[in-house]
Amino acid sequence: MAKQTIEITVNGDRYEVAIDPWRSLAEVLREDLRLTGTKIGCNQGDCGACTVLINGRSVSSCLTLAVEAHQREVTTIEGLAKSPQELHPIQEAFVEKGAVQCGFCTGGMIMSAKQLLDKNPQPTETEIRQGLSGNLCRCTGYNKIVEAIGDAARRLAPAGEGK
Amino acid sequence: MKNPAIIGASIPRLDARQKVTGQALYTDDLTLPGMLFGAILRSPVPHARIKRIDVSKAKALAGVKDVVTGADTPQVKFGNWRLVPDSQDELPLAVDKVRFIGDEVAAVAALDKETALRACSLIEVEYEELPGYFSVEDSTQEGAALIHAESEGNVSLARKIKYGDLEAGFAQADYVREDTFRVHAVSHAYLEPCSSLAAPDEGGRVTLWTSTQVPYIVQCLLASTLGLPENHVRVIKLNTGGGFGGKMELRKWEFCAAFMAVRTGRPVKFTLRRADELASGRRRHGMPIRSKVGFSKDGLLMAKDFDVLLDGGAYNSMGPTATFLCGNFGAMLYRYPAYRYLGRHVYTNKPPAGAMRGFGAPQALFAAETQMNMAAHDLGIDPIDLRLLNAMETGDEIPEVATISSCGFKESLVKVRQMSGWDVKRQEKKPGHGIGVGCYSFISGGVFNWFNTKYNFASAEVRVFEDGTAHLLTMATDIGQGSDTVLRQILAAELGIGVDKIRLTASDTAVTPKADLGTWGSRVTLMAGNAVVQAAKKIKEMLIPVVFGHFDLNQIHDIAFENDRVFSKARPDKGFSFGECVYKALKGRRGEPLTAFGAYTPRNKGLVSPAFSFGAQVAEVEVDEQTGLIQVHKMYTAHDCGVPINKMAVEGQLEGSIHMGLGYALMEDFVMKDGRTLNTTFLDYKIATAQDMPPSQSVEIDTYEPEGPFGAKEAGEGLVSPTAPAIAEGVFHATGYRCLDLPITPPKVLQGLGRLKG
Repeated sequence: MAKQTIEITVNGDRYEVAIDPWRSLAEVLREDLRLTGTKIGCNQGDCGACTVLINGRSVSSCLTLAVEAHQREVTTIEGLAKSPQELHPIQEAFVEKGAVQCGFCTGGMIMSAKQLLDKNPQPTETEIRQGLSGNLCRCTGYNKIVEAIGDAARRLAPAGEGK
Repeated sequence: MKNPAIIGASIPRLDARQKVTGQALYTDDLTLPGMLFGAILRSPVPHARIKRIDVSKAKALAGVKDVVTGADTPQVKFGNWRLVPDSQDELPLAVDKVRFIGDEVAAVAALDKETALRACSLIEVEYEELPGYFSVEDSTQEGAALIHAESEGNVSLARKIKYGDLEAGFAQADYVREDTFRVHAVSHAYLEPCSSLAAPDEGGRVTLWTSTQVPYIVQCLLASTLGLPENHVRVIKLNTGGGFGGKMELRKWEFCAAFMAVRTGRPVKFTLRRADELASGRRRHGMPIRSKVGFSKDGLLMAKDFDVLLDGGAYNSMGPTATFLCGNFGAMLYRYPAYRYLGRHVYTNKPPAGAMRGFGAPQALFAAETQMNMAAHDLGIDPIDLRLLNAMETGDEIPEVATISSCGFKESLVKVRQMSGWDVKRQEKKPGHGIGVGCYSFISGGVFNWFNTKYNFASAEVRVFEDGTAHLLTMATDIGQGSDTVLRQILAAELGIGVDKIRLTASDTAVTPKADLGTWGSRVTLMAGNAVVQAAKKIKEMLIPVVFGHFDLNQIHDIAFENDRVFSKARPDKGFSFGECVYKALKGRRGEPLTAFGAYTPRNKGLVSPAFSFGAQVAEVEVDEQTGLIQVHKMYTAHDCGVPINKMAVEGQLEGSIHMGLGYALMEDFVMKDGRTLNTTFLDYKIATAQDMPPSQSVEIDTYEPEGPFGAKEAGEGLVSPTAPAIAEGVFHATGYRCLDLPITPPKVLQGLGRLKG
């Protein structure tokens, strides 16, 4: 099959890449754009480590064909912080609350949290747990992650940033 | 000397910022120029002779750069138990025989992943099938074919422990019971699939980046299987996305990557798929456990007879260690005047079981703790009271095996009883609700040198600089548990400088000091921590004379290292900043850098471990008697981990343990048919999600472990054990159904209650 050229904007940067049309967005992000913060834990949409946002909506990038992102805006974990000096409040909360252990699920977990807080800025604990139900973590038992997201919601509330 | 700002503080881990921004590198994130992609052909049959392998079609495929089978390799057997060469039963690629579905038969390196996988499918292998054995009962039956020619009765290893007068103990007991428990295999399910990248280096040397818990063991075994000097092999661990025991051996793709990198002159990378991990990866040992225990009528333990068959799968892997430890854990927690253990490691035609969080303890303690709860019920004694009557204490000895140098077990029991509201909830029972207890003890690293290392068990090198910073080099291996942070806290506390002043280089066998046996058995904080302390003390000895000389201090002065300063304790004004002190020492040494080496090897510490942790856990559960569904409402834990170095990291380990223990108790299980694993996705192999996890309340019992750095010992691995027996007792308390075979599933509950026919 012939390669297809797609234009995608990732974290504000515009790329034009020629790819086999059957390749997943996760593969193209990792292998062609060298944005390796997006992880592949199962390649079947079960674990959530590959979660990214397309036009603000979270997807499993391992189940998304890269061609589906043509002319769309993709945000990956590398694009969340305002600057290398200033982390996004969700990232800050993950660091400070001990929500990170091995770190392999962390990027996807934070992207799911971003989607959750964008839609529901003041979630209850139950809503946070629902929002994370597509992201597996084997290290933390989730409690510190849930705590970090609650904390991030509070950090985001007064300034109303991160929308 | 304890600095509360550092030791016991909840310092966010120092690698977290890299991880939350996606900058932290894991092995599969690496790409090197000219890199090839590897794929492995695995056996589709559980037990067979290989009659013929034809790789010609695979080799002819465009883009394929190398294809190897066992015949191409040096055929050197390997295994972690180097001390017992006969136990080393694996070859890098199968020769003559395959022993489980998934046994590695051939490997391909190609220009891209798809071509490598296609080439694998073009390799023709002709098998002559042999009888397959899928349970320990089948493979040990008389006349069973041998899975390994050398292992009589398919038992690869037996371990016996015996002390006290067993017969007399049972004869004098007023209450004796014997039960058989069955525990199952479960997956480590680390989120990062295994990945290894090898690159050829000058002079026939090779560098391997790999997702591992044991860089030094991989270096040694890779060198021996390749036929290279150890120093020709450099192993580097980047970030590792969890291990839990599943990444603590030389793996066959590590060999294939290095072997083919040397053959092709190009870097070769292998990354496993989740289906590979679940279908053929290592797992926790399933076991039938027969336990006979005797009590006096007052509830005092008299004797215990513990008999275990470990379902080892096709190879020894870390089974020998699990066989040893199972027997030790069977005798922990309580004072047994007489104890006998027989553990046998049995081969079957299934994926090999290996080390997994708890290393024999989750199995042994499910049996031991459930039996304790059953005895309490029969004797009419509260389960916590029965435990308090028999609990180990500081100074207790297990003859010829171990001495308990610190023990907060009784305090843990008392605390967990109080915080969970045990007495009220046990007595004022609500229908369908129950509360149960389970306990654990665990090791702080192993004493027994099964790897036969020539080096110290743990080592550290510390360098200090005139700008007030330090550099810590260690082979200790952070796989997510946080040792990169904890070891820097220990160094910071010892030198009196901030953790942010310390650069760390870890887990690079060509750079970090020889050696460290890696991350397993909760050895790192105690062993590598002690090595760091020793190196730091040597650095301090280099700095102390500078202060004495410069300030002409009276001989009786003592020197403090605090807040980035080195000074007289009695006259704090007499001292320097840490950096200035290093500068002056460096001048005095005419430029010779200040570098010190520290090491730790446990000596005269029995056969098991230099230190043991203890704890008690209570589970509050609700069982729906219509559906059999079990909900865990809350977990309470009181545990003795010595002095926690990093409180937040300890809590994180505890909560992660509950996650794994809950999965073991309720939902995780391999579905197997004729040696084939049927649930090979996370959709079918269930691990708990955020919605499944109960809230957890925990308390650390204040103890000080004399053998540990700053009083620390194991935290977080042993905690995986009490959860299943606590939940099982909660289910019994709620319903009267007693589960002796994990996992506790709704159909079992309904069958147990007579609501469903078996």
